[in-house]
Amino acid sequence: MEKIEIIDSSCIPLPIEDVDTDQIIPARFLKATTKENFGDNLFRDWRYNSDDSPKEDFVLNNPTYSGVVLVAGKNFGCGSSREHAAWALEDFGIKVVVSSFFADIFKGNALNNGILPITVSDAFLDKLFRAIEKDPKARVHVSLPDQTIKILDTSDSETFDIDPYKKMCLLNGYDDIDYLLSKKDQINEFEETRTY
Amino acid sequence: MGKTLFDKVWDAHVVDTVDGGREVLYIDKHLIHEVTSPQAFQGLRDRGIKVARPERTVATADHNVPTENQHLPIREELSRIQVQKLVDNCEEFGVTLYGLGHPYQGIVHVIGPELGITQPGMTMVCGDSHTSTHGAFGTIAFGIGTSQVEQVLATQCLLLTRPKRMRIRVEGELSKGVLAKDVILYIISQLTAAGGTGYFIEYAGSVIRSLSMEGRMTVCNMSIEMGARGGMIAPDETTFEYVKGREFAPQGEDYDKAVAYWKTLYTDEDAVFDKEYVYHAEDIEPMLTYGTNPGMGIPVSGEIPQTGGQQGDASFRKALSYMGLDAGSKLEGHPVNHVFIGSCTNSRIEDLRLVAKFVNGKKVASNVSAMVVPGSQQVRKQAVQEGLDKVLRDAGFDFREAGCSACLGMNEDKVPAGQYCVSTSNRNFEGRQGPGARTILASPLMAAATAIEGKIVDVREYI
Ligand code: SF4
Repeated sequence: MEKIEIIDSSCIPLPIEDVDTDQIIPARFLKATTKENFGDNLFRDWRYNSDDSPKEDFVLNNPTYSGVVLVAGKNFGCGSSREHAAWALEDFGIKVVVSSFFADIFKGNALNNGILPITVSDAFLDKLFRAIEKDPKARVHVSLPDQTIKILDTSDSETFDIDPYKKMCLLNGYDDIDYLLSKKDQINEFEETRTY
Repeated sequence: MGKTLFDKVWDAHVVDTVDGGREVLYIDKHLIHEVTSPQAFQGLRDRGIKVARPERTVATADHNVPTENQHLPIREELSRIQVQKLVDNCEEFGVTLYGLGHPYQGIVHVIGPELGITQPGMTMVCGDSHTSTHGAFGTIAFGIGTSQVEQVLATQCLLLTRPKRMRIRVEGELSKGVLAKDVILYIISQLTAAGGTGYFIEYAGSVIRSLSMEGRMTVCNMSIEMGARGGMIAPDETTFEYVKGREFAPQGEDYDKAVAYWKTLYTDEDAVFDKEYVYHAEDIEPMLTYGTNPGMGIPVSGEIPQTGGQQGDASFRKALSYMGLDAGSKLEGHPVNHVFIGSCTNSRIEDLRLVAKFVNGKKVASNVSAMVVPGSQQVRKQAVQEGLDKVLRDAGFDFREAGCSACLGMNEDKVPAGQYCVSTSNRNFEGRQGPGARTILASPLMAAATAIEGKIVDVREYI
């Protein structure tokens, strides 16, 4: 897993609410047996017509917008637990997703794949969307150590929450399995004491 | 202070607590299927480790399997490879597989309960969000991502933050024609698709108590559709009776001992929930969804709202335009070309019996293609033994072999773009049943009545 510390980037705006993981990566692309190349099908049905030609008005096809920060409407990542959604975002190059609300499983999956989900207030999200509308190249500065996100054009900033353990993992590029494997003896002991 | 059912079960599985409040939770049973497991097995290989407790994991193939001619190789190459990969992985790592062709094969959330793998008081996980289904037994059951599948395979544990607790009580007595599916669609329409996020739900109240295990599974199945981690119901005599004698359930003296423990699994009088809701049976009608998430539901007598409300207006308009429906209009009377009865929400024997009873002697309308897909080989066998297959076929239904089928556009069963499907499944997302498909979620009875009439009707007028 790649480490995350400071991110300074322009943004990709997706002002849609309740974006479910079926949209992020449709079920028919879940047939792969490796984690590679899911980015090609990220938002497949919003991004391409059925003849595979790009849909001009979808944000990922608009060269005006670029960067590693996706800014999305509330309740991002709801629906299916497919981790492929996180793999698709990661493979596409997204490092941070900003929204005012995340679905639980997606949030966990993102963190397990080196993507930082940042929950901001509705007001901040609104400001961020407006800043990008005004200037498609508007940049944000994210500091994981300080837990802050700042819109560089307007100097609006906000702090965000993150579980201290997950923060440590992201800063160091560790994952949960490394940790759990270190608990082996305790797990064995626990099993012995159980009646059910 | 007393404990909730959830906390009793959770506490019994905590191995350790980590800084920042995360807990190492022991997992009793792990179910896997072909879609979300290959990368996890690869992860084990990359780390050079084995499956820690192979006897605690059970596998089946369900998402990619065709529901016709299952004895033949899967036609679609990628699906075939994925299913084969599961076979290879299970063999290499010593995991029991009820794969294609096995008499126990079926949708993972249907086979767990019917084989007695699912038992009260357990912790269960699967790389699949509808794992919440198993909560019907008083089990903490929830969906996980593939990294977590790898964690469970590697250590039989997960590192988790304890969710908050919510209780939803449904009181009263359901009227005729109103099923468990309507209860849960109603609850989600009230709480929205995000209303349960961060919570683990306990369903309680006289309506829930009166449901069969099948009905309880339907309710718990859709907990995830309001964003909840899972949903559970305290086990009672209905539960104990259901579990008794099933293949992997405790037998004889062990069963009696288990029941004695299971009887302690209820929420204490003075336990406190972070949130509570109460709903009343008399407010619940047969339900339908009109939009592109399961929270966008209305009673059959109702109209599609004029605005998005809690949903947000832009998303509301987008959903209506995808569905080709107008704000303020009624769904009743709307013509439909496809009816799908199946999925882990409604493909159990009770659902099939109900549908067969309703359509017995009737004919599917000429404008409708309707199919019934049993949730497992065992359900199918039972249906055939009872002659339900014949009743369904005579009425013009296509009666298939077990699998996820048209619940998700991943196998051969799909709804064509632009067409409407009344479906007993759990998700009406854009493209869920195939690119461009328009899904209307409903109960098995409403789906059966729609198939017969060729348009959406109020089933209460036909029973
Ligand atoms: S039936 Fe549908 S919801 Fe259930 S496990 Fe299969 S694909 Fe998922």
